[in-house]
Amino acid sequence: MTGPEITGGFPILSTLIFFPALGALFIIFFLKKEWDVLIRWVALGVASVEFLLSLYLPFTFDANDPGLQWVEKTIWIKRFGISYYLGVDGISLLLVLLTTLITVICVLASWTDIKEKLKGYMALFLLTETFSLGVFMAMDMFLFYIFWEAVLIPMVFIIGIWGGQRKLYSAIKFFIFTFVGSLFMLLGVLALYYYHGKLTGTYTFDSVVLSQSIIAPAIQFWIFVAFFLGFAVKVPMFPFHTWLPDAHTDAPTAGSIVLAAVLLKLGTYGFIRFSLPLLPNASIQLGPFMAGISIFAIIYGALCTIAQKDIKKLIAYSSVSHMGFVMLGIFVFNVEGLKGGVLQMVNHGISTGALFLLVGMIYERAHTRMIGDYTGLFKQLPVYGVFFLIIALSSMGMPLTNGFIGELFVLLGAFKANIFYAIPVVIGVLLGAVYLLWLFQRIFLGNYYYGGKGPLLDLGFREIIVALPLIILVFWIGIFPKPFLMAMDASLNNLIKQVETNYRKGSDASANVTARLQAPSAERAGQ
Amino acid sequence: MIPLSSLNISFASIMPEMLLTGLALLVLVLDLFIREEKSVLGYVSVIGLIALIPVSARTIEAKASFGGMVMADEFAAYFNVIFIIAAIFTILISMDYLKKMNVRRGEYYHIILFSTVGMMVMASANDLVTLYVGLELMAMSFYILVAYRIASARSVEGGLKYFVLGALSSGILLYGISFTYGASGSTNLSEIARQLGGFQNPFLILGIVLITVGFGFKVAAFPFHVWTPDVYEGAPTPVTALLSIGSKAASFAAFMRVFMVAFPAFHAQWGEILWMLSAATMIFGSVVAIAQKNIVRMLAYSSIAHAGIIMMGLLVYNDLGAGGVLYYLLVYAFMNMGAFAIVALFRNDRIGESISDYSGLASRRPVLSFLMALFLLSLAGIPPTGGFAAKFFVFSAAIDARYYWLAAIGVVTTAISLFFYAKVIFYMYMREPDGEAVMPESGVLYNVVLLVTAFGTVFLGIYPTPFIDMAIKAVKPLLM
Repeated sequence: MTGPEITGGFPILSTLIFFPALGALFIIFFLKKEWDVLIRWVALGVASVEFLLSLYLPFTFDANDPGLQWVEKTIWIKRFGISYYLGVDGISLLLVLLTTLITVICVLASWTDIKEKLKGYMALFLLTETFSLGVFMAMDMFLFYIFWEAVLIPMVFIIGIWGGQRKLYSAIKFFIFTFVGSLFMLLGVLALYYYHGKLTGTYTFDSVVLSQSIIAPAIQFWIFVAFFLGFAVKVPMFPFHTWLPDAHTDAPTAGSIVLAAVLLKLGTYGFIRFSLPLLPNASIQLGPFMAGISIFAIIYGALCTIAQKDIKKLIAYSSVSHMGFVMLGIFVFNVEGLKGGVLQMVNHGISTGALFLLVGMIYERAHTRMIGDYTGLFKQLPVYGVFFLIIALSSMGMPLTNGFIGELFVLLGAFKANIFYAIPVVIGVLLGAVYLLWLFQRIFLGNYYYGGKGPLLDLGFREIIVALPLIILVFWIGIFPKPFLMAMDASLNNLIKQVETNYRKGSDASANVTARLQAPSAERAGQ
Repeated sequence: MIPLSSLNISFASIMPEMLLTGLALLVLVLDLFIREEKSVLGYVSVIGLIALIPVSARTIEAKASFGGMVMADEFAAYFNVIFIIAAIFTILISMDYLKKMNVRRGEYYHIILFSTVGMMVMASANDLVTLYVGLELMAMSFYILVAYRIASARSVEGGLKYFVLGALSSGILLYGISFTYGASGSTNLSEIARQLGGFQNPFLILGIVLITVGFGFKVAAFPFHVWTPDVYEGAPTPVTALLSIGSKAASFAAFMRVFMVAFPAFHAQWGEILWMLSAATMIFGSVVAIAQKNIVRMLAYSSIAHAGIIMMGLLVYNDLGAGGVLYYLLVYAFMNMGAFAIVALFRNDRIGESISDYSGLASRRPVLSFLMALFLLSLAGIPPTGGFAAKFFVFSAAIDARYYWLAAIGVVTTAISLFFYAKVIFYMYMREPDGEAVMPESGVLYNVVLLVTAFGTVFLGIYPTPFIDMAIKAVKPLLM
């Protein structure tokens, strides 16, 4: 076990993780319930400072270095080989930035929407940011698990307290699905820890060390299943997706945004960061299966989406389909697919986050989310209509928008891996166009009809400001994706290489697995 | 004739027990002179107990004293500190509670102290007879304490139930002890192990089974748990807290010492019995708790489920598992005490019993609701609380010892237990307040208890290293 080491001087990652939490504590302990305006501004200030701080990362990022940067490492629980180990590489960099940006947008999106218990609301959002960043930065599996579980709690409260009609049901469903999945993941982590310890003699939760010696494929299989249950629920993959439509429908607008843009990414990130390098044999063996259910999710999610009448539910189901693309990109095992997968994670965060934001804006005015209550709004709300169109096009993967680049890479990867993967994926892309354009047509085109309650005004200044960064990103990634792709290039190439070498190591390990499995039972009999 | 010097009579080794007995007697006598303000007795007891913590933490002798009857090792010291902490918290929350319930009798305090003496004797007993004496002292005190609200039929019912079943279980334990004595010719734990060797005597196995049943009653393991919900519900709430923490911890202390010191050669046999008990207890406790509408009964079933997990740490028989038991009980003392403290505050004869009374509590009592949520999340085992770290240690010990199925059952029941813990949190935060259930103000003493327990719950989760190291060091000598 290595001694305490903190490299890189200033602990920027710890600062990023804990600054929002401190902001949350400040709001809870130092601001009075009645000071609504101040609470909003303080929350906005904390989130913005956090975002600016996180911009330090891309400016000091070394794109040629495939390894972890800004590493912080110190021993935490020595007996178990648990360390406080943070690091960011090309894979997590974009997700970290996405998280900090989305939090600013969430605070702004809730500006007029939330009137009750504002203090707790803002504090919980900042806590969600802290824990999500922790998940993206933790390199120690124990630390990762702690953040992973912790992120659940503020989110459940956000849904359960400020949610819609069936908030209690949705919150409980969300809680139970994810918690049960995570517990299996914990079992997997523990099993990995012990098998690795028995194999090498070093008992550690350090994922970098764990990835250096690979355990036997037969055991990997079971650990993969355990990890799968934890990650797949969060993604969510078919058939564990049923919590998602409920949670999204009943969450407040900003809750939906953060859920779609950040929380779903935790699952796919877990697959990339831990399942692939630590369990390469199981990942590759089960790759076709994973690709299969991802493709199924793409088509199934799209078909469900088409049938929805509630706009929020529609977007929620479209997430199932979109996350299928991400998962497919990950499990085709080539650089194109992975690149597409990671980029698509960011894209989904931007596009779906923006869709929820826009839906939230109209819901705030009309208090209805039924598609049937709106027709021909384009003339009434031109700015809103344009924004909605841009985001819808980006979500369905129109060229010049971000979705195109991401889906293109996933498709390239799928073609390269197996041509039969690519055919259903193309159908999925087409279905995406169907439900989004049809949604746009039903709401914005045709004769004007409005069945909501409040006055229908076009977007105000604040709302345009909130949506603008996302629109800019849509075009930036769509037209000039190079900086984004470059950031992840080295890390992803390295990951692929690592999976390949680890795959061979794992196959070697299978030779003497039987001998090792018998040894401890003899030892126990001796007690 | 054995020379006296070989008995190693060392009063230093029983110093905590002697001092605590002295304190209890002092409180007993003071009770005669203090007519009105009985809570003075509580303050005296608390101050005495606090002073006792360093004494019992330092009373460590590697050698058995009093002819091998008492073993004041680190193991005993660790448990003694848990008992004292539990007793302090119990007395602190009792003072308000007794006032609220209009009970103005002083014997309450010294009975609690005597029960703590009993627990300490159990933890340091190295002989089945000493153990039995300690157990009876503890049990007798609890029979009285449970029935303390004599005006309430439920309290008396609970007391009677506890007495009848407790006496039965003591009898079974004694029966098992006599079989063990018959097979080994000794009641001294180390002597039993030496005499038995690995010899398989059917009567000894019967003895082990009966002793398991006896302890199973005390720690509330399925299927010997039937007294638990009624007794927990009927007893004054602070007593319930002490019962669920102190009595359980003491019984586990004795349980561990007997099985690890006297019967290590029979681990294959008792390990199997405990495997089944542990699995059944975890499943039963967590499943039945879901259906509870009364918060005390829910916590009673939760405490049954926890007993199953703690038993897992005992039966895996390695240093991490056994150390995990100690650590678990330490964390449990904080988180369960916190939860019971809030229940005790809220509960009186009419309201605060049903979980639905907690509806919308968060908007009326934000701080208390937050603390209650913290304790419940810790009981459910969610990081970064102590409850998570404790479960983590025990489960990893089970996986390390290749008890995969048991660990999987533990994880699944933990998931199930989330239903009922989270239910209370959901009621507090996500429901509108209903009815006139108003929680009274918490006094200074209460706030101290709640803050200390909350701090302990979180601190043990974030920085468990020194405590788990101490626990493992304490159980090492037992794992020969």
